[in-house]
Order: sequence, then C-alpha cells, then structure tokens
Amino acid sequence: MKAIDDLLLQFPYATVEQKDKFYSVSVPKENIHETASALRNNDTVPFDFLIDIVGMDYGDTLGVIYILSSSLYPTYILRLKTETPEREDPLLDSLHELWDSAGLYEREVHDFFGIRFINHPDMRRLFLRQDWKGYPLRKDYDADPAINPIPMDNEDLDDMENIPVIEVNHGQKFEHQHKLFEADEYVVNFGPQHPATHGVLHLRVSLDGEIIKKIDPIFGYIHRGIEKMCETYAYPQMLHLPDRMDYVSGPINRHGLCLAIEKGLELEVPERAHYIRTIIDELGRIASHLLGWGCIAMDMGAITAFVYGMRDREKIMDIFEETCGGRLMANYSVIGGVMADIHPNFQRKVKEFIPYMRKMLKEHHLLFTGNPIARDRMDGVGYLSKEKAIALGATGPTGRASGWSNDIRKIEPYAAYPHVDFKEMLRTDGMTFDRYVIRLDEIAESLHIIEQLIDNIPEGDYAAKTKAVIRLPEGEYFQRVENARGEFDVYINSRGDKYPYRVKFRSPSMTLVNTLKAIAVETKVADLIMLGGSLDYVVPCIDR
Amino acid sequence: MDVKDIRIKNMKTEDFKENEYLEEYVRELRANGVNVVVSKLDDLINWGRSNSVWPLTFATSCCGIEFMCLGAARYDFARFGWEVTRNSPRQADVVFCCGTIVHKMAPVLKRLYEQMAEPKYVMAFGSCAISGGPFKKSYHTVMGVDQIIPVDVYIPGCPPRPDAMIYGMMQLARKIKLQEFFRLPKQPHPENQKEFTAAFNDTNENVEKGGNQ
Repeated sequence: MKAIDDLLLQFPYATVEQKDKFYSVSVPKENIHETASALRNNDTVPFDFLIDIVGMDYGDTLGVIYILSSSLYPTYILRLKTETPEREDPLLDSLHELWDSAGLYEREVHDFFGIRFINHPDMRRLFLRQDWKGYPLRKDYDADPAINPIPMDNEDLDDMENIPVIEVNHGQKFEHQHKLFEADEYVVNFGPQHPATHGVLHLRVSLDGEIIKKIDPIFGYIHRGIEKMCETYAYPQMLHLPDRMDYVSGPINRHGLCLAIEKGLELEVPERAHYIRTIIDELGRIASHLLGWGCIAMDMGAITAFVYGMRDREKIMDIFEETCGGRLMANYSVIGGVMADIHPNFQRKVKEFIPYMRKMLKEHHLLFTGNPIARDRMDGVGYLSKEKAIALGATGPTGRASGWSNDIRKIEPYAAYPHVDFKEMLRTDGMTFDRYVIRLDEIAESLHIIEQLIDNIPEGDYAAKTKAVIRLPEGEYFQRVENARGEFDVYINSRGDKYPYRVKFRSPSMTLVNTLKAIAVETKVADLIMLGGSLDYVVPCIDR
Repeated sequence: MDVKDIRIKNMKTEDFKENEYLEEYVRELRANGVNVVVSKLDDLINWGRSNSVWPLTFATSCCGIEFMCLGAARYDFARFGWEVTRNSPRQADVVFCCGTIVHKMAPVLKRLYEQMAEPKYVMAFGSCAISGGPFKKSYHTVMGVDQIIPVDVYIPGCPPRPDAMIYGMMQLARKIKLQEFFRLPKQPHPENQKEFTAAFNDTNENVEKGGNQ
C-alpha cells in the first residue's frame, strides 16, 4: 500500500521487505524507539494495534519482533525487528508507553530470553518464579532438572513485590527497585486456587474499603513450556499442543496451526476439509460461548444457568465424539485436512442441533438476559472504550462489544468463511452487559454459518496427501484465526528443517487479563469476578 | 477372605478391574495382625463416609472442564453424594487433581493438601497429573502429582471422560469402605518417607500388642 511505503521512506536506516500485505522492517536497536513512535503516531496509517511481541534467539544475537497492525487497515501487518549482539546483559528500549499491551509482552520476552527493557516500569519475570535460573527459550538453555528442582516452598513475597527497573541516562546504567504496594495498602489475594478465577490465575488486589485501587496479576501457575516443546517436535507431532492451550476452543487453535504449516508447504487443502473444519470450528465456538455464558452467570450466583449451558454443550460434545473421537479435545485437524471423514450421523445431528439451540437461546434470553437482577449487576459496570480496547489489544467479543471491528473471519477469511454470508456482531457501549450479550448473539450467528455449510459439504477427499517427513521451507509464516476469545495467531520461523526454529502463539486471553487490570479499577470488589467472567479468559492459554 | 462382601450400591464387585490390589491390601492388613472383619460401627461410618465425599475444587487446566461436565446435568455426580464441592481445603475430603501441575504450582498444591483434615484422599485426574502426560518434555512440568503428594486413585485419559471419573470415584469409595475409621493408616509423604516407615512399624507393633491382649 502506498501510504505504508511512503511512511517507511522516513526511515533511511531500515531494511524493508514486502510480501503481499506483510511488511518486514529491520532497524538497528538505537532507532527502535524513534521508528516505533513514528509508526504509532502518524495520521495516515497509525499502527495502533500491537498484535504480539516475539522474542527471538538467532544463535549469535537476541532479537525482538513487534507485530503491528492498524485498526484502519487491519489486513496489513508490519513486523518491526531489532536485535542486539549482547548475550550477557542484553538491553533494548522499552515501547510500553506506545501500546498498553506492550508492557506485558516485554515482560514475557524478558522472562524467556533475558532481554531487559530500558525504562520499563516493571521488569519482573512474567511466568517463571523470580528465582528461576536461566532463560528457557534461549537455544543454549540447560534444561537439567538439577538446576531448577521442584520448589517445595511458596514464592517469597518480597520477590513478588520488589519491582526492578533499569534506566539508562547519558550512557550510564542505573538499576533500582521499588515496591509494588505501599506499606499501608490493604492487599487481598485472589487465587491461584479460587473457584472463580477461571483457572489458576493469581490476582493481588489493593482495596480501599470495597473499591479496587490496583490489580497485579501473577501468571505462570500453569506455564507448561509449550513454545519450547514445539521446537523439539516435528510438525505433525506438535499439533496436539494448541488444542490444550485454550481447551474450550481447541479445534480453532489447532486449525490455526495447521493453516500456518499448510501456508508454508503451499499445500492445496481439499474443499471438503475446509468445510468440515469450519463447521467444527463454529460448533466449538458455540460450545465455548455456552460455557462462557454459564460461567458469567455462575459468577453472579445463578447456578441454574451454568447447568443449562452445560446441558446444551453436551449435545455438541456428542457430535464431536462421533466424528472426531474426542469430547473436549477434538484432535481433528491435521496437516492437509482432517483426521477422518465425518460420521454418517454428523449432518443429521447437526441439523437437529440448530433448531434445538435456537429454541434454547430464546430461553436463555428469557431466563437470564431479561432478569432485572442480572441487568442491575451488568448495566453500566466495567466500561471499556474503543480506543482503550485497541491499545490493550483486547480482541474478540470484548473488543467488538466496544465497537472495534476485529473479526479475523471478516478481515482475512480463511477455510470456508469466504463462501458464507454472516454478520460481524458489533456493539458500541462497551459495558459488561454488551460483552455478555454479544456472546449469545455470536451463538446465533454461528448457527447461521453452520446452516449454510452443512448441506453443501463438497464431495471428495477429506485430506490432502502429505510427505512422511514434513520440512517447512526457510522463512517466517504467520496465520491469524478467530478464536472464541479473540485473535489467535501462530508465528512459525523455519530454517528448512523438520523441526521449527521458533513457534509463537498469540494468546487472546493474555491481553484480556490486562484489560481486567484496566477496567476493574474504581469498581467494587464484588464485581471483580463478574468482570473477569465477562472477559472470559482461559488461563492455560495465557501461560502456554 | 476375598472382598466380595464389600458392597457398592450401584456396581457389582466383578465389574471392577484389579480386585487383586484390594485383596492384597486385606492380606497385608491380616499379616500385620489387623482384624479385617469390619465391625458394625465401621460399616455404618464408612457407608456414610463413602457416600458423602466432599471434593475440593481444584482444577488447573483442561481436565477441569470435564470435571465441570461431571457436576452438570448429564453426568451429575450428585447421584453418588459427591456434589458438595468445597472451595476451602479445610472442609474437603478429597482433592481431584485436574490438570497439569507445574513448578510454580507445586508448593501451592502441597500447602492445600497439608491444610486438609485427615482422613484425606487424592485423585490424579488425567495423564498430566499421573506422569506429566503430553508435557513430559517440558522444563516446567512436574512429572506427576505423586512427586509432591501421595495419590490414591489414578484416572488415565487426556482428558478422561466423565464416565471414567465416576469409575475412579467408585474405586475410592471402595477404598474408604475397606478402611477402619478408628485406626486409619497415616498417609505417607515423599519427604519424610523414612520417618513414616518407622512410625508405621511402631504402629504395627502396637497393633500386634493390642491383638495379643
């Protein structure tokens, strides 16, 4: 696009590569801040959405890739790269003031690669304990269990609360620490074992009476090292891992990884597989939203709604079980298509499910959406503006409830989505109620998508033939899919081997917890759980 | 003695696999001089205990969703008296360890277990909790919860179906029915295994003495 080309001419020091709608801009580390702020703050194409930050170990250098997009031109993606030859104490400029989501992502890079960001207000590790030795995603990491044995004591509170900061002034490096909470603050722990944190999330909440003043989320209680494991697995072996990250919309995650690998192989996937995958994805989305609906209702005390949601979800589980073989973990997509053809009952059962679900959806609205107590709890609480949603990278239903059009199914249609007619659900108020009701609207829209596809599944193969050993050609591959919680992205860096060099998954849930941190301040502590329920994050997806 | 007279209301003894384990348990108890003919009071208490086991809500990942399915309408573990899920370990009898346990979570789980009141039981639910499962190669996964706390029942699967969980629950119910409530064995702990063995031998001696009297 000409506007982006013009913009990039401003940076004479940058090396620019372009492939279709992907721009790749490499800059020296001294210029990273200046380049990033020019990209962020310009009038023609403001790159206001930071999709993800990928840390890289290139062998002799350590690097960072900022994946940017613009809410005005969401199909264009710009990768801003920089690297540092220093391995002992690598330092890079922090970009946390340009995007609200950058702070968290930079902490993740620090945790995995040991890169410290100058002027970053909080340079604690994000997932691992503060006393963990080594940086696991570096290529020379020593995974000997004797170095990091299983800890038997809880983490030291001082470790959690002392925040290291690093500043550079006139070439002089200053390191200091400050306290997260003041001595007279009243701090309450939520989690990691708490029935309503939707997983093992640990929130430390500072209260003034019952008003929330500050939230400090602590991740890593289910960090399973999936990205490092991917580097030791061949491509067909690593397919089961994304299923287990965001397990409630597992089929979609796995679909995304398959699409990324297929993109690299330039593999022609049969139309039949595309249709089947799309139907399974949409069923998965309905199952996920039903669970999300049940959980937010349960967070507000309505246990019956949860039982109703689970009852309808079981119908989808039955369909999954017949066709895919698994209930929760469908394990269905493979490279080149799907694992097995659909079950003879599949179409009949799906067609029975659609009118059933429509009827039940009406009942759900009648019982809970219209309930005055529920409305009182949800109306006017937890406002998230559109600008804030973009800056935080709160994709998916959360962003769409604030009026940010970010549906990847519309922006970059994949699989069978180009063939179907559907609306992107948008609301404008950005309140808890909007985030709640948009999920039910999306169920109705998903039913509409399935209805169009179910009778038109083309005949033919259900999977393309692949080689026994799959080697991805050298290069970077990036695939975006719309998960039930937002944008799920797969980034694969291949060096032509049968193992990937680096795999990064963008977790939509991670930015949602950051969103909770932003919107829950100044609300009552009783609403915290409900706000978390309305964002519907899944913690293993954050921790990976 | 075989274990046929240990009655579970909803399932016959021959439907259970691995009855040898329980028979072995009975034989071991008898060899140590423990009276295995359960008295009426024990019967009554164990009938109550095995039919109202309160689980701690503890789910770290995927298996937790199947646990929720188990609590919901179709599988409905309230039928077996297990539905009172407790959020505080102090009120719980059993911890269902649903999902992967990682290094950062290990001390938390250990503390939760220690906070529970005796008699307490642990069920390892899913392959991650049993052995690390799909995350065996990871640098941050604990290869099975039995490295931290003792486990009574293992339920394999990734994730196990709710039906499998009901089967596991019944196994635990059977184990509870076999125990003597007034002379419950102490749970071994990996850390103080040596101490435990010594204490166990002591108890056995006492039991023998008691038997002689």
